[in-house]
Amino acid sequence: MRKLAGLLASAAILAAGAVTGANAQETIKIGVNEPLTGAFAASGNYVTNGAKIAADEINAKGGLLGKKIQLVIEDNKSNPTEAATVGEKLMVRDKVPVMLGAWGSSLTLAVMPKMMEYKVPMLVETSSSGKITKAGNPYIFRISPPSAIEAEAFGKIIDKLHIKKADFLVINNDWGLGTAQDFGAMFKKHGIKVGLVERMGESDQDMSAQLAKFKASDADTLMVTTAVDQLTLIFKQAAALGLKKNFITTGGSQNPDQLIAQAGAAVNDTKHLVFFVPWVPEATPDPAASKRFIAEWKKRGYNFAGLTESFRGYDGIRAIAAAIEKAGKADPEAIRKAFWQVDITGLNGRIKFNKEGPAGKESGQSVPTVYLIEIENGKVVIPKI
Amino acid sequence: MQELLQHLANALLLGSTYALLGIGLTLIFGIMRVVNFTHGELYSFGAYAVFFLEAALGVNFFVAIVVAVIAGCLLGALIEFALLRPIQGADIDTTMLVMIGAWIFMQNSELLYWGGVAKSIKTPFPEAPLQLGLISVSWLRIFVLVVGSVLIVATYFFIDHTKLGKAIRATFQDHDTAALMGINIKGIYTATFALGSGLAAAAGALLGPVFLVTPTMGDIASLKAFAIVILGGLGNITGATIGGFILAFVEELGAGYVSSGYRDAMGFVIIIVILLFKPTGLFTRADRIG
Repeated sequence: MRKLAGLLASAAILAAGAVTGANAQETIKIGVNEPLTGAFAASGNYVTNGAKIAADEINAKGGLLGKKIQLVIEDNKSNPTEAATVGEKLMVRDKVPVMLGAWGSSLTLAVMPKMMEYKVPMLVETSSSGKITKAGNPYIFRISPPSAIEAEAFGKIIDKLHIKKADFLVINNDWGLGTAQDFGAMFKKHGIKVGLVERMGESDQDMSAQLAKFKASDADTLMVTTAVDQLTLIFKQAAALGLKKNFITTGGSQNPDQLIAQAGAAVNDTKHLVFFVPWVPEATPDPAASKRFIAEWKKRGYNFAGLTESFRGYDGIRAIAAAIEKAGKADPEAIRKAFWQVDITGLNGRIKFNKEGPAGKESGQSVPTVYLIEIENGKVVIPKI
Repeated sequence: MQELLQHLANALLLGSTYALLGIGLTLIFGIMRVVNFTHGELYSFGAYAVFFLEAALGVNFFVAIVVAVIAGCLLGALIEFALLRPIQGADIDTTMLVMIGAWIFMQNSELLYWGGVAKSIKTPFPEAPLQLGLISVSWLRIFVLVVGSVLIVATYFFIDHTKLGKAIRATFQDHDTAALMGINIKGIYTATFALGSGLAAAAGALLGPVFLVTPTMGDIASLKAFAIVILGGLGNITGATIGGFILAFVEELGAGYVSSGYRDAMGFVIIIVILLFKPTGLFTRADRIG
């Protein structure tokens, strides 16, 4: 019996080897390192589904360099250690020439040393910590706005919101802390006082303690930075505490429709900085592409709420595809060089990388578009300011 | 003053569910000498059961909670019967490995079935809070506190005043003698595990609607349950109850007045301090496990 089991196991391993061996010849692999489970599961799944749509679209048109592209999707479990492990697996075992990932700043930062080691580039689609492009890692190309760019974009309209003093509630990681710093600096420039800066753990579910502090504070505005699941809890708990402030969330991972569905009236009259506006596709930089993407998203039966996040995966894969095409081969170093020549219009806007970080080993950073939206009576509107 | 009162109210509301988690684990830990790694999974099972009954089957919210608790008891009995009974008498490492395996299996089954995206449970309670002078509390959390307290009292009553409770206590004190007195030890083990599991499922069913339901929600709950049990002393129900409330107050006041970034660390710092001075926990029994 044991012999038979051993035989079956080795047969299975051989068969698996044969399958991957055959695929390697026909496809160009792109590694996808996203949080499909854990604290950021909602966002990670949206981004991955957006990436799949882009890949299918490219394959339907005949693929790249005469080959189909194949996404090798790995779950980093919202955990930096796992992100580094699956990143290494993608580079070493799957031998992907380029990756998309890893959603959160702390997740991306954990993968970065591995990229230096194996010399494989990664397109960063969501992370916003300033550290990522300033670390001197020449394999990083980022299409999401770092919090400094987001703060700068918000700075253009901030005076019209008449904020006098703002408190911060941020997720206790590179993303949240970076946001509090960059937005705080921008506020001070505009004569807005910065009050409390409170943190919450990544998987914290009870933010009542922090919210009770804000209730006692004299600030008129509360800036909140975290992803949709924690935001849902914050709005519910703020309503339960009778906390009435001008809420503004940052980071683009709010999925406003999911907030409306799960937190109900608690999210009315809140404002959110987002990077894609599926409610008004005609206001996006490439309306035809936006409409096509939204239609495909709906056709696949995905939740409309996910669009403000899934566009990142779509834009990411399209930018990677453009780089592979320019490189002319699926080779990490060639793709890394080709990223500098990419110039396409994504759903968010123009994707063209500027050099950032220490000279000689710069990372790429594009300048994304930032929108302010407001939720009014359970509907998303673009505030007139 | 207002802020302090609000913090105290928040902690009180949270404490009852921590106590439930702690009692459930300490029963199993103390009586069966089993380090129950599936405790957190029974917690998330309770939450998913309520979500499933309400969202998919349209069952009334309150009925769904009751059914979830009963289902939790049955699942606990099944785990005991299928996994623990066959390895009874094995050393503590073997039992631990089996329970770790069961934990991983249960968590990944939930992930497979429900996916990783958080679920939200709808409740019949109004969103607007109840204003009590300076503080406001949500109706849902008051409901959680009341039901949690009732369950704690009921558990006490069960252990202290029923025949089965007496048998459980006897088994805990000396299971060889209890067996000689005609107590069905195997049955007691199954009942104890079912009771502990039911309490975990109850905590999940109550907190699921307050927070969000995810496959990994049990991990942090499990960690906290262990902390509470260690704090209160192994196998001590009063210790677990008080331990649960202490942890809630320390977390809430720590996050409010020291640093919100170290909310979870705060509870564990207290445990380290207590263990330094009272290595067997606050309320010690004569014997120790492991």
